[in-house]
Amino acid sequence: MRVMVIVKATADSEAGRMPEEELLLAMGRFNEELVKAGIMLAGDGLHPSSRGKRVRFSGRERTVIDGPFPETRELVAGYWIWQVRSMDEAVEWVKRCPNPMPGESEIEIRPIFEPADFGEAYTPEVARQEARIRAGLSQG
Amino acid sequence: MDPGLRRRIDALWRIESARIVAAVARIVRDVGLAEDLAQDALVAALEHWPVRGVPDNPAAWLMTTAKNRALDRIRQAALQRQRNLELGADADARGEHFTPDGSEEADQELDDDLLRLIFTACHPVLSKEAQVALVLKLLAGLTTAEIARAFLQAEPTIAQRIVRAKRTLGEANVPFEVPRGPQLRERLAAVLESIYLIFNEGYTATQGDDWMRPALCEEAMRLARMLAGLMPGEREVHGLAALLELQASRLHARTDAEGRPVLLLDQNRAKWDWLLIGRGLASLAQARSLPGSAGPYELQAAIAACHARARRAEDTDWEAIVAAYDELAQVMPSPVVELNRAVAVSKARGADAALPLVDALASGGQLRDYHLLPAVRGDLLLRLGRTSEARTEFERAAALARNRREQELLLERARATLS
Repeated sequence: MRVMVIVKATADSEAGRMPEEELLLAMGRFNEELVKAGIMLAGDGLHPSSRGKRVRFSGRERTVIDGPFPETRELVAGYWIWQVRSMDEAVEWVKRCPNPMPGESEIEIRPIFEPADFGEAYTPEVARQEARIRAGLSQG
Repeated sequence: MDPGLRRRIDALWRIESARIVAAVARIVRDVGLAEDLAQDALVAALEHWPVRGVPDNPAAWLMTTAKNRALDRIRQAALQRQRNLELGADADARGEHFTPDGSEEADQELDDDLLRLIFTACHPVLSKEAQVALVLKLLAGLTTAEIARAFLQAEPTIAQRIVRAKRTLGEANVPFEVPRGPQLRERLAAVLESIYLIFNEGYTATQGDDWMRPALCEEAMRLARMLAGLMPGEREVHGLAALLELQASRLHARTDAEGRPVLLLDQNRAKWDWLLIGRGLASLAQARSLPGSAGPYELQAAIAACHARARRAEDTDWEAIVAAYDELAQVMPSPVVELNRAVAVSKARGADAALPLVDALASGGQLRDYHLLPAVRGDLLLRLGRTSEARTEFERAAALARNRREQELLLERARATLS
């Protein structure tokens, strides 16, 4: 299974303060471990939300909102994509991660949908529809 | 026990078991015994942790406990034999070098142990199927039951296979080491082959198969990436990682909604896994950046990469594929490679350029019972407008095909030549 591991933003990360060298080194070591274990598929850090944009949908209306965005704790500061065998394994790996921020911080783990997750609902008809949609997207 | 704790211990075990077995094997110089001692540590955790709580660094606890068991074992043996083992000379034997916070030397030592474990599990005294079972058990941390499910075998069969394999290693006094010099090439090829076989076992699983079978693809990719981290200078290791990731990227596109196989050129490329394609292309670039010449896995990855780079089937660079097959035929001569090369030639230069190649293969006789030879020949003849000859070839191919679905498809093509 794949999981997205989401590092939540903090006031520091939103202020664009770069981590100390010590933390960068520790994070580098952790990333190396992930690579060596063969579970790391991707990962990146994100600029503060002041450099982001949002598009809000309401019926047919679309409104563009410039960052920064207020609810700091709900923002994403970085992510990984891991291939693990279970959520429990992902949790164990996250526990080994150095605290990604000075002070309090939070990392969230979310399993990524796979076709099998739809179970009974994933009928041939749904699969066909999904294939059509994806084909359409790729042509767009 | 609290089921949450049980799951946590299982997850920890899967992460740590290979390293623990490897470190203990260096102390006791016996992979079978090392696994038993590592298991003892797991049992100790299952006893202690529910009562006293999980230690701050559970991985280090498991490692230290297993190493202490190993030391006890060595001391007992030494006492029994009334002989002084050179415990003092061997710092490893005191288990002192393991530091939970992971100094660089300790990390390097652990990496070396893991490599020794991989090469020992794939030692030529073992049959290929025993090697595969040991790799899954010792390196991937799968249980015997999981391996049995993945290979559609009875659990006692796999259990026995593993017990016998460990005994064989012991009896043959296989040293716990990474081979050096010219031996390394050959032994590394065996390691790569085991990983490739694990991947293929998962890849050939059909829809509705036990989930454990497709999971083998993930295990194999994980092992290949792990090996690439342990042997970053080995070109063909990156080649294998690239090949597996590029092949796996098409896993979900190769069957249609009804579970029927979809040929590569007919696949919906939007359903390919572009994250894996990106990784596969990066692994291939890594392989190519290293000295030496390309091996069979890297060349197969290069062919897969030509397909992956084409956003539409008609954008495929067939000349590049022909060139890669030329190289592959050099390092891995085989009539099947020649046949695939002929198909690439037909796409790049036309059916009339490919037909003589296929005719030469047919008169060679090596592929006499291989249904794809007449199938390819029929296809070329059809494209050249020689329909009645094409029909004969499709019918011959159908007669040779072992799989009913393929047989139907070929007979359908034979019938279609009439219309």
